[in-house]
Amino acid sequence: MLKKRFKALIILLTVSLMGSTLVGCSKSNTAKTNTEKIVNIYTWANYVPDTVVKGFEKSTGIKVNYSNFSTNEEMLAKLQAAKGGQYDVIICADYMVQIMAKQTNVLLKPIDTSAIANYKNLDKAYLSQYYDKTNKYSVPYSLGSQMIVYNPDKVKIDIKGISDLWDPSLKGSEVLLEDSRSVIGMALTKLGYSINETDPAKLAEAKAELKKLRANVKVFDADTPMTSLINGDTNIGVMWGSQASAALKGNSKFKIVYPKEGMQFETDNLVIPVKAPHQQNAEKFINYVLDGKVSSEVTTSIEYINVTTAAKEFMPQSVLDNKAIYVPNEEFTKAKHLEDAGSASKDYDLIWSEFKQQ
Amino acid sequence: MGKKKVDVLKGLTIGPISFWMLFFVAVPLLYIVFISFMQRGDDGSIVYIPTISNYTRMASSLYVKVFWDSIVVAFVTTVFTLVFGYPFAYFATKLKKYKIAIMLLIMAPFLTNSLIRTYGWIVILSTNGSLNHILLITGIIKEPLKMLYSYGAVMIGMIYTMFPFMVLPLYNSIDKLDKAYIEASKDLGASSWKTFISVTLPLTMPGIVAGCILVFVPSVGLFFIPDLMGGSNVMLIGNLIRNQFLQANDWPFGAALSIVMIFISLILILFYVKILGKKLDTEVF
Amino acid sequence: MDSKLSKVLERTYIFCIFAFLYVPFAIIIMYSFNSAQSNVVFSGFTLDWYTKLFNDDDVLTALINSLTIATLSTIISAIIGTIGALGLKRHKFKGKGIIDLLLYIPIVIPEIIMGISLLVFFSILQLDFGIFTLVLAHTTFCIPFVLINVKSRLADFDMSIEEAAMDLGASKITVFRTITLPSIFPAVISGSMLAFALSLDDVIINIFISGPESTTLPIKIFSMLKFGLSPEINALCTIMLLTTFVVLILSQGIKLKKDK
Repeated sequence: MLKKRFKALIILLTVSLMGSTLVGCSKSNTAKTNTEKIVNIYTWANYVPDTVVKGFEKSTGIKVNYSNFSTNEEMLAKLQAAKGGQYDVIICADYMVQIMAKQTNVLLKPIDTSAIANYKNLDKAYLSQYYDKTNKYSVPYSLGSQMIVYNPDKVKIDIKGISDLWDPSLKGSEVLLEDSRSVIGMALTKLGYSINETDPAKLAEAKAELKKLRANVKVFDADTPMTSLINGDTNIGVMWGSQASAALKGNSKFKIVYPKEGMQFETDNLVIPVKAPHQQNAEKFINYVLDGKVSSEVTTSIEYINVTTAAKEFMPQSVLDNKAIYVPNEEFTKAKHLEDAGSASKDYDLIWSEFKQQ
Repeated sequence: MGKKKVDVLKGLTIGPISFWMLFFVAVPLLYIVFISFMQRGDDGSIVYIPTISNYTRMASSLYVKVFWDSIVVAFVTTVFTLVFGYPFAYFATKLKKYKIAIMLLIMAPFLTNSLIRTYGWIVILSTNGSLNHILLITGIIKEPLKMLYSYGAVMIGMIYTMFPFMVLPLYNSIDKLDKAYIEASKDLGASSWKTFISVTLPLTMPGIVAGCILVFVPSVGLFFIPDLMGGSNVMLIGNLIRNQFLQANDWPFGAALSIVMIFISLILILFYVKILGKKLDTEVF
Repeated sequence: MDSKLSKVLERTYIFCIFAFLYVPFAIIIMYSFNSAQSNVVFSGFTLDWYTKLFNDDDVLTALINSLTIATLSTIISAIIGTIGALGLKRHKFKGKGIIDLLLYIPIVIPEIIMGISLLVFFSILQLDFGIFTLVLAHTTFCIPFVLINVKSRLADFDMSIEEAAMDLGASKITVFRTITLPSIFPAVISGSMLAFALSLDDVIINIFISGPESTTLPIKIFSMLKFGLSPEINALCTIMLLTTFVVLILSQGIKLKKDK
């Protein structure tokens, strides 16, 4: 009986090793051709709604491999190691496009707009932005901004902007994004400086300003900041539009405020890596999501601002009325955009570490 | 002729593990050591100019505190899992009939996703959550308790997550214990407590050491539980290293921090193995 | 009687610990029936998430990938780890100290560093990222868990029994099969269970080592956080728990039957 067990173990080991090699080999062999009907998408989970993915597969017959990342930086590290290959379409943040385009070995492939018929659907207001002035590499996908959400039953002072978050009455009641640039950006904004400040003297001022804020913060959470608000553990917070919308769904009494100093905006873009194995399929995918109806489906589902003109006729009124999603045009004039801090990243990291320590 | 057979067998047992460790662990480790002596370029890439600045940078009180906080969290987690886990393992070994059931029941929760389980705790402990709900309805408290986003909440999360890593090795060790020793000790007149200290504890020390290592070491680097249950209020070494790779783009500093962390952990493992074992006069590993 | 009281206390303690371990599941299961897409606010009862789960190819593929990787990694690491523990205990050789040290590295090293360095390593080896590379990576961090468990069980294993058996003429392999293995088997199993759970739950290493066709469940779940953790996952966890219980009841039933 035990002899059988032993033999079984040896066989199991051999089979496992062989099995995993075979599985690995077969999978990699199929991925070698450019003519196969596959497209590899890489972005946050559920950022392209399931209905859109299925719709694309149905109308083009191309299978979608949807891979996920949690943060832009993970994606960058992975893409660098894969030397700009493996994936066909990536949806990531604007500042990340800027970083990727700046590198000596550029990781992005220039977009051939002639191959994308629906490119004309894009709202020109979102093109020619600072991160890619000629839109050489990027196609806008959606737009989001950071806003303040609070519980009026618990917060008794008038909230008009970022500076109000420093009020002593808010001690131990705030949730901020676990994001060094967002939080340090708040201090810079309060002092009237740019959120992309690199001057060490000004950053030192921001650091001192942040020290006064620390006691007010109860939770740092970049992924689900609305949770602590809904749960009553915090009473006021800064978060992205879709998260604010979720907060209101949890408690309709919450109020949304667009900071008077201006909001931090982020445009998420579609890009094609330089060694994408299925370029034509990538272009077909981008074309598909730029269609008016599909685009509307996307932004309704992910609760961010739509960047095409063609989608307008399809958008439900409830979405257009949602304060968390649709910000008035005047906010765009005050918009702040995050840029890569370059060599100042080290300073930001130090300030952040010390801020957290207090 | 016999010698040749011994050598083949020796090679077969040591070969696979040595190869695996050298190839998949030593080589990546050398890469990390190499990077830790390099510098960060202005655009975030690695500049290949040797320096020890990454290591000297760590001498500041900021970073020492980060290391210290992480070690304390790991230590407290280890102590609590041991204190609660040992009786559990001990009593469980008495239920010989249900050996498989108990092992599976311990592991079953951990086969489901840790993030979801942690969110379960958040729903229970939050201000508007289940526990407060029950306490308020039964009138035990008048105002909801603020349990979440505190050191206590982090501890609950850590102990919860690391529990099987302590219990399973303990169970093995206690299970192997020959009850005859205990009976002999009692026959010689020793009290239950003395028996435990002089007989049971030393004999189960290997299990205790294994459990402590398997809990302590991963706990030092575990940061997502302090982040979720503690509101990310404390900067731990896991966060710090992650930030170097994913926000500050300072891979050399991140690598240096990792080397120091590995070094400290190895020293602490040595402590567990050598000193604990020596004190109770048993060969532990 | 004193021993009866102590028996009751013991069982109560065990029950309390199990209650602690399973308390979050009350919430997880409840929210799998939540009519709103929230893990925080319960709105009403529905079975929709279960239907959605069965139709969600993405999640199911990720689940199968995770289970495959976990199973393969556990088996390989169990065998290498067990044999290695025996070899290291028995033999002395040049460089043993280094191997001993290296064994602790995978549990000591921050996952993100292990992930990045393996990523670079595999890139240099020109390996395609997928199930194969994932199994290699997972096996690497699983081996120490099996090995440490087996080592501790071997700690006061009496070598003289083995020697006696060999003096009596048994071959080394027979000795292993009939004496050593049965003795350490529980440690192998528990080490493997820990390894399996670790592999199934791993996020950070997966992020760096997976490929476009090999996304795993934990990655998917962690990535869902930003745009909405779906109760679909709660449904999945509930089903996985149920499956484990079924296996448990069956195996316990078989065991009791055998004992009769």
